[in-house]
Amino acid sequence: MSSLRSSFEAARARNSALLVGYLPAGFPSVDGCIAAAVAMVESGVDVIEIGLPYSDPVMDGPVIQEAVEHALQAGVRIADVFATVAVVAKTGAPTLVMTYWNPVERYGVERFAQDLAAAGGAGVITPDLTPEESGAWTAAAQAAGLETVFLVAPSSPVERIDKVAEVTTGFIYAASTMGVTGARASVGVRAHELVDRIRARSTSPVAVGLGVSAPDQAREVAAYADGVIVGSAFIRLLIDAETEADGTRAVAELAGELAIATHQPR
Amino acid sequence: MTNTTPDALGHFGPYGGRFVPEALISALDELDAAYQVAKVDPEFQTRFQNLQSTYTGRPSPLTDATRFSAHAGGARILLKREDLNHTGSHKINNVLGQALLTQRMGKTRVIAETGAGQHGVATATAAALLGLECVVYMGEEDTRRQALNVARMKLLGAEVIPVTTGSKTLKDAINEAMRDWVTNVDNTHYLLGTVAGPHPFPVMVRDFHRCIGLEARQQVLDLTGQLPTAVAACVGGGSNAIGIFHPFLDDEDVQLHGYEAGGDGVETGRHAATITGGAPGVLHGARSYLLQDDEGQTIESHSISAGLDYPGVGPEHSYLNDIGRAHYHPITDAQAMQAFAWLCRTEGIIPAIESSHALAGACLLGQELGPDAVILINLSGRGDKDVDTAAAWFGLNGDGQS
Repeated sequence: MSSLRSSFEAARARNSALLVGYLPAGFPSVDGCIAAAVAMVESGVDVIEIGLPYSDPVMDGPVIQEAVEHALQAGVRIADVFATVAVVAKTGAPTLVMTYWNPVERYGVERFAQDLAAAGGAGVITPDLTPEESGAWTAAAQAAGLETVFLVAPSSPVERIDKVAEVTTGFIYAASTMGVTGARASVGVRAHELVDRIRARSTSPVAVGLGVSAPDQAREVAAYADGVIVGSAFIRLLIDAETEADGTRAVAELAGELAIATHQPR
Repeated sequence: MTNTTPDALGHFGPYGGRFVPEALISALDELDAAYQVAKVDPEFQTRFQNLQSTYTGRPSPLTDATRFSAHAGGARILLKREDLNHTGSHKINNVLGQALLTQRMGKTRVIAETGAGQHGVATATAAALLGLECVVYMGEEDTRRQALNVARMKLLGAEVIPVTTGSKTLKDAINEAMRDWVTNVDNTHYLLGTVAGPHPFPVMVRDFHRCIGLEARQQVLDLTGQLPTAVAACVGGGSNAIGIFHPFLDDEDVQLHGYEAGGDGVETGRHAATITGGAPGVLHGARSYLLQDDEGQTIESHSISAGLDYPGVGPEHSYLNDIGRAHYHPITDAQAMQAFAWLCRTEGIIPAIESSHALAGACLLGQELGPDAVILINLSGRGDKDVDTAAAWFGLNGDGQS
């Protein structure tokens, strides 16, 4: 069993959820991202997603857009993403890449899978790759020993959930609301309903993302999901920090609070 | 026969398909289903055609451009006058179709992206006509270049949101519209303005524009007794081009030529000639040619024409290029503006700068084909919106200096 799946199995055995943290590579700098991600793991984050900065992030809200634009302007490359994964994965936390599809296709689907696996990556989250278009990717991921993670949304009917479940080997990423990434005041009932709908169709772990930013939200989601995904809230702290070191400290503090909330036994 | 019926997943050969967040799949399925029903529903078709004749002013006429012909090697030049449509371009054809579909789906709000503002104006117009709320996303850079169209949209009751991210042009307006759509999809239809995007947009938008080619084909036959030698159109996303090309696809002797925005010249890297200077990839929901770097990041496009300033192109054009049925060529800003001036002074028609790329291409083509050729040009829009840009280009502004 992969490190990712065994982490989820272990959490289920403990009757609690995993905390998944997202940061885009190259923000606030390549080293700054690595430092913040390592600090997240040290503060209790279980799984790390490293974002591959892309010029047209249609699923992302203003916070991630700003971070990604900054990273691209600083010249971050796919090699930097893999280098970041390589360091973060050494912490022992399963480390995935989250990427829009075109950079993978342009890099070469098999080459991307092989290079990520060689860096110690656990899998890839593909937010704009539909199951219908995923044939080349699922084959390449399997060959390289990477997990696939696809998204479902509150609007997804059961037929779509089945299609996504069929191609998912890692976990199912349940988007909590209809919308883009970014902190929200509440996670909403649709997330819980969606997770229930997925559970009725699939035994895969289900992690909830989009809009989760505060410990009380994490606690609420951890009560019914296998994973709680937090991204923009961490990035907001890095954007607001005076120095990278300040940012890393703030990220570690939030990570610790979120980890306590997420890891509470149900 | 050229088979351009996409498969059930919207693929034209290797192009098209759907590359979107799962959250949008239901809305795309709903749209596809509504469109499939409407396509064969006599009531919908009657209403659509009635609007085309009593509101848009279809059929648009064919003009024999006898004086312009001298600039095209003496070839006979026939202009399909989409510039005479209500709102000033071909864009209204698709907009009315999708606005009617919006009503059928019970949605009350439309959003749109716009580059030159033509699609935004058309969408604002249809929204006013049918009582729909309308929000138009427009790159901040384009709101400056096309201030007149911004005012028109506001007069028509639309909200215009300047987009300040990325290159601040059409590409970023589409990103922002997609973000709005995924957030408000319950009551909102994304009224996409070109033959790009996820299935079913490329095929649906094409079908709403096929009237251009259907009318023009018959008009040319009536006027000349034969089919044209060639058909010319400008290509940004490619909606006016596919509209006039499509009914000619099976007329294998009729050449089809698409003219992309060459900007400062493809060799300079500052252009929007997606097929000529790009490579296949995925942008805005579909696989197609696009301008991208070696790691798949979109490269910003450049063109004097806001409506062609887009780093992608419709998947069906990508396919027609690869199978050799249509040919795509770059036209520089300077070539387009030269043809713009020629049409103004030989025919008394101020064309859109977008359409001027087709005019410039037809001039080159006419010199190649000679005086016996008949070239049908899609004059896709009028140039009122471009007067400021043209005046600056030709040094006509105010102080007598040029």
